[in-house]
Amino acid sequence: MITLDAVYLLAGLMFAAFAILTVRDGSNPKRYRTGAFWGLLALSFLAGGRIGDIGNGVLVIGLAVLALFGGLGQGGSETSTIAARTVGAAQFGDKLFYLALIIPAVALAGTLGLKAIHISAIPLVDPKQVSVISLALGVLIALASAMLLIRPPLSAPLQEGRRLADMVGWALILPQMLAALGAVFALAGVGHAVGELVGAWLSSDSRLAAVVAYTVGMAAFTMVMGNAFAAFPVMTAGIGLPLIVQKFGGDPAIMGALGMLSGFCGTLLTPMAANFNLVPTALLELPDRWAVIRAQAPTAILMLIVNTALMFALVFRF
Amino acid sequence: MWSLIGVAVVVLGFTARINPLAVIVAAALATGVLGGMSPLAVIAALGKAFNDSRYVSLVWLVLPVIGLLERSGLQVRARIVIAQFGALTTGRLLILYMALRQITAALGLTGLGGHPQMVRPLLAPMAEGAAEARLGPLAPEVGEMIRAQAAATDNVALVFGEDIFIALASILLIKGFLHQMGVEVAPLQLSLWAIPTAIAAFLIHGARLLRLDRRLFGRTGDGR
Repeated sequence: MITLDAVYLLAGLMFAAFAILTVRDGSNPKRYRTGAFWGLLALSFLAGGRIGDIGNGVLVIGLAVLALFGGLGQGGSETSTIAARTVGAAQFGDKLFYLALIIPAVALAGTLGLKAIHISAIPLVDPKQVSVISLALGVLIALASAMLLIRPPLSAPLQEGRRLADMVGWALILPQMLAALGAVFALAGVGHAVGELVGAWLSSDSRLAAVVAYTVGMAAFTMVMGNAFAAFPVMTAGIGLPLIVQKFGGDPAIMGALGMLSGFCGTLLTPMAANFNLVPTALLELPDRWAVIRAQAPTAILMLIVNTALMFALVFRF
Repeated sequence: MWSLIGVAVVVLGFTARINPLAVIVAAALATGVLGGMSPLAVIAALGKAFNDSRYVSLVWLVLPVIGLLERSGLQVRARIVIAQFGALTTGRLLILYMALRQITAALGLTGLGGHPQMVRPLLAPMAEGAAEARLGPLAPEVGEMIRAQAAATDNVALVFGEDIFIALASILLIKGFLHQMGVEVAPLQLSLWAIPTAIAAFLIHGARLLRLDRRLFGRTGDGR
């Protein structure tokens, strides 16, 4: 059976290659530090299951220290010139789009189809991880097709991948780090503490105040945690269920659906939601780290008002 | 109550613009230690959580393919193709993308978009190309604004589309948590109540994108 471990192996080899190419790249002013960063990440993917919890903890601290003191550097550009790219665009034409679309197409087909395949009653891929495994499969098929069609130097995919990874830099592991922080917060009972705080502070007789406290609280706590999933249990146990549902007789499905969507408004407003808001500023080479948040903030704030109004209009009616 | 110190560390660290990875480690250590764990236990808990979250970073497997296609002219091609569709302004292109992204996300196909796979190689160069076709070469800050709006549109469409799909993680989380609290709701109900918000998001963000067009191209549509 193909499990997540096979995909981790693939990712580990990729980051190990980035590390080696970086250390050998004299044009990167911080080649050892940057190489060490990718190397630690490779170690995490290759051996994270074997180095123990404390080993992984030391690895995380190592990544943070490498990013904190002096930061990471970018390698010299081994990529093609604008002129070469224009030639490539004319030569390969729309085939470039088809190659780019192989990844989502295979990921989709695999997610739908791979679950059904069994070899002597054992599933071919781990059913729980089928979408991630399909993504990796899509990457491999797209890569093989692109190599055959474009015929670049063999090192080109890894050099180009390293170029993009250097561009994103330490922000590349920020989403994973935030997921880990969420788990530690949960362990330490942060949600419970916030729920107590909010419950003690809010003892209102107004339906509107309860709805506003819940939706705005969802958005605000999501902004702090970077994730509406972390905010939902806290705010729902603290405000949603005791006030909106139990005290005022509101509908729990409407409360839950619109409460989560209010949290998503917070997602659009916080740098803590790194994969939504910080990763694209790095990927799109935007000098202002807040550029994406700024672009979506008016929509997010209006949507929070819409969600609040919808909840107030609907939750006590059904 | 001491466990809330981590939240304060995060807020202060981000405001003071300290490296976020270091802020996160500091927040985890402060939370755990003040919450009564030994420092070694906190390091272990952080390491375990990081290791268990590795799947989050698997999306970066696409980098070599995307980089290779960029090297071969993918973004250049995207700009050329978009210039051939004269009616597709930057705003209209992003509205079309938002509609497709919301609909596919509502069907559970959240992986069809995303910043590394779709926005950087295709959507952002197309959005810039649509503006260049009318205005000629763009000032850097105009290009940056358009790229930021491309990323924002992908985000808005995803978060306000995916909750219509009944088997999505957030729907299952709502159902699971309410079940723990002794309240039963059906996933289909939750999805249905996400539809008004999805429509409102399309209208609000769509109107903002049309305003972006007017700001970029003026009323005549060619920048004058």
